[in-house]
Amino acid sequence: MRALVTGLCCLALVFGAGCSKAQKPSHKILVWHWMTDRHETFLKLAEEYKKQTGIEVTVELFAPSDAYSQKIIAAAQANVLPDVYGILDKKSIFADFIKAGLVADLSAAFAADNGAWERSLFEKALAVDRFDYNNIYGIKPGIYGVPIDVTNMQMLYNKKLLAKAGIQNPPKTYDEFIKAVEALKRIGIAPFVSGWGELWLADCFASNYAFNIMGEDKVMATFRGQVPYTDPDWIRVLDIFRDLRDKGAFLDGIVTKGNKYAEQDFALERAAFSFNGSWGVNVYHDMNPNLEYGVMPPPPISNAFHLKIWGGAGSSFVVNAASANKDKAIAFLQWLTAVGQQVVLAKETKNLPANREASSSISPVLEEFAKGMEQSTHPTVWPINEDPLVIEAFDKGIQAIVIGEKTPAQVAADVQKVKVRQTAKGKR
Amino acid sequence: MFNLSLHEWKGIGPKHFVGLANFQELMHDNVWWDSMGHAGYITLIALTLQNALAFALALACDREIRMKRFYRVIFFIPPVLSEVVVGILWNWILDAGMQNGVHIGLLNHLLYTSGLPQLVHNWLGDPKTALTCIAIVHSWKGFGWGFIMLLAGLQTIDRQLYEAAKVDGAGTWKTFTNVTIPMMLPVILVVVILTILGSMQVFVLILSMVSKGLVFHTEVPVTRILSSMSGTNQFGYACAQAVIFGIILVCVSFAVKKLSDKAKQA
Repeated sequence: MRALVTGLCCLALVFGAGCSKAQKPSHKILVWHWMTDRHETFLKLAEEYKKQTGIEVTVELFAPSDAYSQKIIAAAQANVLPDVYGILDKKSIFADFIKAGLVADLSAAFAADNGAWERSLFEKALAVDRFDYNNIYGIKPGIYGVPIDVTNMQMLYNKKLLAKAGIQNPPKTYDEFIKAVEALKRIGIAPFVSGWGELWLADCFASNYAFNIMGEDKVMATFRGQVPYTDPDWIRVLDIFRDLRDKGAFLDGIVTKGNKYAEQDFALERAAFSFNGSWGVNVYHDMNPNLEYGVMPPPPISNAFHLKIWGGAGSSFVVNAASANKDKAIAFLQWLTAVGQQVVLAKETKNLPANREASSSISPVLEEFAKGMEQSTHPTVWPINEDPLVIEAFDKGIQAIVIGEKTPAQVAADVQKVKVRQTAKGKR
Repeated sequence: MFNLSLHEWKGIGPKHFVGLANFQELMHDNVWWDSMGHAGYITLIALTLQNALAFALALACDREIRMKRFYRVIFFIPPVLSEVVVGILWNWILDAGMQNGVHIGLLNHLLYTSGLPQLVHNWLGDPKTALTCIAIVHSWKGFGWGFIMLLAGLQTIDRQLYEAAKVDGAGTWKTFTNVTIPMMLPVILVVVILTILGSMQVFVLILSMVSKGLVFHTEVPVTRILSSMSGTNQFGYACAQAVIFGIILVCVSFAVKKLSDKAKQA
């Protein structure tokens, strides 16, 4: 009998744990986010929103972003997603959330008042949250998320260290960059650092040069399986890493550095160049307020095509379609992206605002970042994305080149093998 | 979990039943089996270095030495530190970078200033040393648990046994092998099993020391499972990995138990 009761209790616990609470409309909005650097400002803005509207916004932080992503997926399974949250994943996963009825279509809200809300935001920022006609994911065309800031990835240079090496202006071409690397090496300054232990930053850097060397069409053709990774252009992309390694461009240990360590290295003037996102402005300010640095796009290696940088919406929120407070959540996001709140966010968190009118309030360094938005692109707006396992093989291959374990040709062959395997798997 | 391992699933949306395909794929996944080997290597270092250190220190603290309470506290500090904190601390110690001609990392700085510049090394950026560094840091972090358990075990041994051995003319070594070791076997077994389970599942330390890893040289089963889940959205495959990994851990634990039973009988 005791065993039976214990068993029943266990079953009740197991099944009970998976049950979601029935949602009722309320004067509270729950927001889950992952942005450690913006949490304090979000709390202040939430307080202000309560004063203005009487609606209480509870802002909960879950960091780091990897853990946040897992939490969102787990919450989606258990049907306990909050009213407002973010999806930090590939566009295909974003699409799966929409298909599962977990993300509200915000097109009507954006189109209201002759599209006033949509017009107020940068198009590049909205592109990440937009699904166009005939999108490959089979999603009804529309806007499904709200960008709260924009970001892009560029190179940063330390003005003081460059001057020490006798470099007056930041390099504009790859050859000039190599000359700068040599000059810095001569006086014992590590030329370049980035958080390539996180893989995606190395992937982003390679992608910039892939666009520069072979153009977008050929990159997409590779993703479709029409161009092999053993193509000379791809080997040339990988060869940049070999060349930079041979020239001694990298700060020792770059391949296992998390971005926080790389940011610290640049902020503490241990390296003259860094490859990072515009969010770094806030990080560097906190680590070393006296750091003198400028922003430049990665120096192009070819004149064949324009070099593209990754950029677009930095952070986007979506509204839970199943939320009883859906309309209140949308109203809150409209308020959050209005010029007043965007100025507060831009000033306090030193990020590029998503609202066009708020961009006049940004610092000179952020302005330099903002200039790069025109040449920005992002995997979430590409017509097709590469298979994640191929990306992993490519990124790990870059690491292998940087540590001198493999040649670019060997890595290209390895990546192509994975590509062929995954393509065959997809066909099955 | 087994049910999920029979599906192809991205973590959200519909699941597609694929039978044992995930397991079949896993059998041919060299990176996975290499990661198992890496975990085995870390475990081997932990079983030897970590437990030998723990046993030696427990033996020392079991005797009447000065400040033994102080040592007990000191030795138990690493295990209570978070793995992230330990990772950050050792990242700084093993940092390979330089600034203004001075080594940033404490280890390289000490090697350089003590006249051993030829030993200065990119510890975490070299496949030959990265995994060993992780294993040593893991052992440093974990030896305190073994120390506490072994010390507790040593203190339960009846002192009369030692006195009897002394009367019979047994020396230190004989007493150790014929009294201490047999009496400690049950505790040693627990420590060994916990070391195996803890070391095979190490991953937070790896993430905080080498981020997403040095090529595939620092991958262990749990980082592969994580990578399959959050990196490549193959939740079904990740579950197949977890099922196989769980079975291996259970088998290893049983094997150790059997071996220990045989040793006791002998």
